[in-house]
Amino acid sequence: MIWDLHCHLSGVDGKTADERIAQLMGYADRMGVERLVFFMGWPFLTDPSPKQFREQNDQVLQAISHWHDRAFGFVYLNAKYVDESIKELDRCVKNGPMVGVKLWVAARCNDPAIDPIIQHAAKLKALIYQHTWFKTGGNLVGESTPSDLALMAKRHPDTPLIAGHIGGDWELGLRAIQDSPNLYAGIGGFDPTAGITEMAVRTLGADRVLYGSDIGGRSFSSQLAKVQGADIPEVSKRLILGGNLKRLLTPILKEKGIKV
Amino acid sequence: MIFDVNVYLSRWPFRRLPHDETTKLVQKLKQNQIQQAFAGSFDGLLHKDIRAVNQRLVAECKKSGPDLLIPVGTINPRLPGWEDDVIACHEEWKMPGVRLHPNYHEYQLSNPAVKKLFAMAAERKLFVQIAMRMEDDRTQHPLMRIPDVKFEALPDLMKQHDELQVTILNGMKSLRGANLTSLTENPNLTIEISMLEGVGGIEKLMKQVPYQQILFGSYLPFFYLDSSLNKLKESDLGMEIETQITWKNAQTRFVNANT
Repeated sequence: MIWDLHCHLSGVDGKTADERIAQLMGYADRMGVERLVFFMGWPFLTDPSPKQFREQNDQVLQAISHWHDRAFGFVYLNAKYVDESIKELDRCVKNGPMVGVKLWVAARCNDPAIDPIIQHAAKLKALIYQHTWFKTGGNLVGESTPSDLALMAKRHPDTPLIAGHIGGDWELGLRAIQDSPNLYAGIGGFDPTAGITEMAVRTLGADRVLYGSDIGGRSFSSQLAKVQGADIPEVSKRLILGGNLKRLLTPILKEKGIKV
Repeated sequence: MIFDVNVYLSRWPFRRLPHDETTKLVQKLKQNQIQQAFAGSFDGLLHKDIRAVNQRLVAECKKSGPDLLIPVGTINPRLPGWEDDVIACHEEWKMPGVRLHPNYHEYQLSNPAVKKLFAMAAERKLFVQIAMRMEDDRTQHPLMRIPDVKFEALPDLMKQHDELQVTILNGMKSLRGANLTSLTENPNLTIEISMLEGVGGIEKLMKQVPYQQILFGSYLPFFYLDSSLNKLKESDLGMEIETQITWKNAQTRFVNANT
């Protein structure tokens, strides 16, 4: 059972959202990926206005509309626009089919100004994915690090939060989140560097590690390899490839009547 | 049956890797039907005693038996007397080719020494491998920020030697579009798939590059071997093309040509 935490419609052939997701599902079938989480539309916008993030979410809503029980959506928000983001959460999650939140690089997540968004998402049982990187040469102004997310996690200790890319520089990222039990490592979206998954399991335990691909810019191939090629027990691989994401999404999926 | 053109032995300078001991690496290759592999040495990146690096590489490769690991010696044309290293690789150790890291060794392909090196390689029927990058520049050690190799000078260099085979390693993350086309217009230029990304990567690459110029490379042990193996499944290649990419292209260009 493979559940993919981290999929995009960007970087994929096809003029419409329907064409793009159909093509991606063909590759997913080939690679044995059963369920997929999509967020953000195209083109990638690092600091979208409320109008723009609504349009991006419409693309995802359209894409997943024909793939019930298989493709899920996380709502793309911009932490600079708290009120508009909460309205969008209601539109797409409370009153729509989406099951999580995606925050990217518009504003750093260590700022408590983001808290109302996190609290509202938690109330809706939406799973929160925060992009994080530790970039040699420096992050973007609004780009969060895993350390930023660890600060945020302490303010919301009962809310599961995912550190996307686990900071890219995973040796730093894993250390930064290891003492935050409500933080999970999203291991998709960077090179298939050998040893990442072994260290993640050693540092966090297998139940805090989540597979994701970051297609279409990345591939199922390289990102699945991080788990399939790791020297860890099979039971750990099963958790990372799908078990953990299924567990985290089950409350909201059940609430929406989606077959788990 | 797979021929892997991009394997390294010894230690990555910044962390231990799960298969950075030759016995473990060999076991991993054998478990996955990889019957031959061109192996360079991570020591070649930073060591100045390149002759000793290549000597150790040869000794390590021999431990795996006569055919599995084929040593590809590092050449640094910035070092005094580098020409002797080429001669040693060819005559003393019978290597089929050499591997270059212009970014770690701080030279451009337009450097006159590279012209001489290509001429020596062509005369001796050695192939040349050039590694474009070793890791994502966003994760490099802050005191070791190494830019990607620039390939603008390569097409002209290759034009001067009709038979010279050149392979770009670790190039497919950032070599795209016109830059890639200008290189692969020369049929003696080959690329390998270890850093190829995007869904259906090989299928899409074949729209731009003839499959005869695409080779299987894993970049083991830095990358998980499964990454490149999975790419053969993610793209719908068909048996004939898959066989070419995984075995025949390398066998024809680099082994049969030298026997």
